[in-house]
Parts: sequence; C-alpha cells; structure tokens
Amino acid sequence: MTAIVQFENVGLRYGLDSETLSDVSFTLHGGGFYFLTGASGAGKTSLLKLLYLAQRPNRGVIRLFGEDVVTLPRKRLPGFRRRIGVVFQDFRLVPHLSAYDNIALPLRVAGMEESEVDAPVSEMLNWVGLGDRGQARPATLSGGEQQRVAIARAVIARPEILVADEPTGNVDSDMASRLLTLFEALNRLGTTIVVATHDLPLMGQVTGAQMMRLDKGRLADPTGALRYPPRPAGGGG
Amino acid sequence: MSGRTDRRAAAAARHRLLPEGRVAGPMPWIIAIMMFLTVLAAAAGLGLGAAVRSMSADLAGRATVQIVEADAEARERLGARAVQALRGAAGVASVKAVDPAALSDQLRPWLGEDATSGDLPIPALIDVTLTAGEADAKVRHLRRLLSGLSPKIRVEPHAAFLLPLAGLLSALGWLAVGIVLLMALATGAVVVLAARGAHDSHRGTIEVLHLMGATDVQIARLFQRRIALDAMLGSLLGFVVAACVILLLGARLIATGSELLGAVHLPWSGWVVLVVLPVGGALLAMLAARWTVLRSLGRLL
Repeated sequence: MTAIVQFENVGLRYGLDSETLSDVSFTLHGGGFYFLTGASGAGKTSLLKLLYLAQRPNRGVIRLFGEDVVTLPRKRLPGFRRRIGVVFQDFRLVPHLSAYDNIALPLRVAGMEESEVDAPVSEMLNWVGLGDRGQARPATLSGGEQQRVAIARAVIARPEILVADEPTGNVDSDMASRLLTLFEALNRLGTTIVVATHDLPLMGQVTGAQMMRLDKGRLADPTGALRYPPRPAGGGG
Repeated sequence: MSGRTDRRAAAAARHRLLPEGRVAGPMPWIIAIMMFLTVLAAAAGLGLGAAVRSMSADLAGRATVQIVEADAEARERLGARAVQALRGAAGVASVKAVDPAALSDQLRPWLGEDATSGDLPIPALIDVTLTAGEADAKVRHLRRLLSGLSPKIRVEPHAAFLLPLAGLLSALGWLAVGIVLLMALATGAVVVLAARGAHDSHRGTIEVLHLMGATDVQIARLFQRRIALDAMLGSLLGFVVAACVILLLGARLIATGSELLGAVHLPWSGWVVLVVLPVGGALLAMLAARWTVLRSLGRLL
C-alpha cells in the first residue's frame, strides 16, 4: 500500500506553552482505517489539525500524498485541502445554508458546474438518510442529522483522506454504529479514514482498523508501529 | 441546463454563502453621506476652477487706461490722443473710451451729485482689450507708448486688481480637491472597517470554506461583491441628492445676476467627472474590501 501520510518527529507548540505534540512519527497507508485515541487533552485534535492543514508544526516533517506540506507555499495548500474531507467535532455547518447547500459546498469550491452538482448532492442526501430534509437549515436538524450532513459534506468530493474528530461524541450508540458503517462503506471505496475517538467499544467494531494512542502529546508507541486490537488495560501490546 | 442558466445558478449559489443583509447595515448610508459631500466638494472645486480659468482669461487680456488730468479740456484732448495712439499700437485688439456720463452715473452712489457737477476731477477711462498671448509684455509696451504722450496717463492691467480674488477662488478650488481626496481616503477606511467587521462576523463560514480548499481569491470575491453592491447603492443615493443640491444652487447663483458669482458654473465636463465619482467610489470600496479580506485571509495558514 502507498504511504499517504507521513509524520516524522513532528512537534507542535501553541505560543510559549510546552509542546502539545512531541516527536510524533507515524505513517498511514492509502485505503487504511485508523483510529486515533487518547484521553481528553492528549493532543488528538491538534494532530488532526496538522493532518487537515489547519495548522503547521513547529518542527518535524509532514508529507501528504508524497509532498512535504510543512514547506509547501501557502498558495498550493488549497489543492491539498480539496483532497481531504473533514468531519469537525462541532460539525461547523454553515448556519444560513440549507443541508443541500452545505453538502454541495466542496463541489462548488472545487468549481464544479452547477448542472453537475445536483445529482451527487441528492444521492448523498439519500445515502445519509436525509433525502427529504435537503432544504432544512442546520438549526432545524437534530444533532444526529447535523452530523450526517457534516459527514455527507466531508465525503461528497470523494476525498482521498477522511478525517473525523470525535464523530460519535454527540450521538447515541445506535447512531454511532450507523456512522461507523458509513465510514466503513467509504473505506471500502478506497478512502483512507482517520477517526479520533476515545470510544474503545466503537473501535472494536471495525475489522482491520489500526489504532494510534496519544498520551500527553506523544504517541504511546514511539516507534510508530500501529496496533490492533487496542492494548488491553494494563496489558502488553 | 444552458451555459447562461448554469452560470446564473452558480452565481446564486455563491451569493447564498454570505447571508443577505443589504441596506440593513449602516454602510450604504455612510457611503451615501460621504458621496454626497464628495460630489458637493468636487462640484465646488470644478465650478471654482472654471470661474478662475474664465476670470484669468478675461483679466489677462484687459486693461484700463486712466487719464488723471484735473483740467477737463486737457483731459479730453489727452484722452483722444491716447485712444488714437492705442488704436495703432501692437498687441491691442480693441479700444473703447468710457463715456464720462456713464462713469459719473456709476460713481453717483458714492460721490453724490458732485460726481456729475464737473467740479470733481474724475479721470477719463479707456477700456483696452489686448490680443491673445503674453499680456505683461503688451502692458509694458503700452505704458512706454503712453508715457511718451503724458506722464498723467496710467495703464492698469485688470489682472493686477482682480488677481487676489482669482487667487482666493483658486485656493478654494484646491481646498475642494483636498476635501475630495480626504473623503476618498475616509471612504476607503470605512470600507476597510466594514470588510473587517463582515470578515469577523462570517469567520466560521470563512474557516469552513478555507479548510475545504477555497482559495483566498474565491473567498475575497464573496465580500468584494457584497461591499461593492452596498457601496454602489450608497454612492448612487449620495450622488442623486448632491446633484439636486448642485442644480438648486446653480439656479440661485444665476438668479443673483452677479457677473462674479455667475462665473462659478459647472461645465458639462464637470458633470462627467461628477458622474464618474459614484462609480469610482464603488470601485474603491470593492478594491478596499478585497485588499482587507485578502490580508485577513493571509494570516490563516
């Protein structure tokens, strides 16, 4: 499998605080399914921000799709961002746009002809079970529905990597399982999935997924070897 | 779907990215007030400029010859000789002796009936219109010519006594130009503040678009279009009101019947400049908005 993401000794610091992420090194392969876990404040969201290019590290090398994005000129970053879909922890739906327009955003940003937008958006709305809620504004949708709109928006442009930050944090266990089924379906289509979560039972549901565990800003396994199944409490790996 | 319909649909989708709120905000009204003042200042500058040019052209080519002779008969003889000398002089287009009776009539309000009694030695006056070109040299030539007839003949170029007034009008014109420039700066500053405010209030949407791979120019276009529309609306309103005021003031100036005030008029070329102002204002607003948003986006990764 091709290495699609490579982190080498990556360090991230906010202001003058101590490092949020230290010496983080790992490799993700195209078509893989990865969980990123760790306690609250361990640095999961910060690592994801580096991954979806919302932040640059203070040190180290990050390669996405074979290119060093740390030194990449700023004007080239949009092209890389379009290859990454993001499901934010707080969804970040645009409040004044309908579910339909929210889902269509990545296609419009990519410059797709308007006549070609409708079919994939309608298909995606049906896929996430919101075929009849297309014109609803986010405020009128339930938490689960908003989450599904956020996921549909993240995947509609067929990204090569899907990054999801605590996607099951705001939904019940039934909805969490359904979301995971969605991610697995995408993964089968070839999308690399990276899900940050501290929901250990959820991780157990995905066959073949690998796990990275962050502990106080460092990968629990400094060699970068990813493991599955998760390390049992107090047990060896 | 045809290409045009598709473009319209795409434009409509882009416009939905920022919530509509035109005219609800203060910006169009602020721009309207600033454009109103800018157009008035520009009109004043253009009107005064035209007056100064007209006055300068008028003054530079005219002079008055005074014959300061107490004896009425000698004054009359000297006047006739001066007229004759002037008619043959180089650089003189026309010569006209001022009718002593008309002069007395003009002086009567200040001198009373004495002005017409003949007891007061009132100088004889001759109006001289010079040919086009360098006036100073011609005036010097006339002084030399007439001083040969009598030392009691004086030549007064009109420019000499109306020059301070022309200078004042010119200064006022430049002041108006300065005000227009300041207003343009202030308009730019208002737009920058408005764009920053809009950028801050839509920060969430911008971040989402940014992380989806929208380029800075794509995002800036949303704001520059919105602000340009607001500015166009405000500019148009300000221009229309200012144009009404200018037309009203113009009518009042003409009604005074004053030759001096009548010189302050707005030529057609001036109206063209005024019409360009709202378009320029909207363009300035659009560029300021674009610059502001691009600068703000530049701070993001």
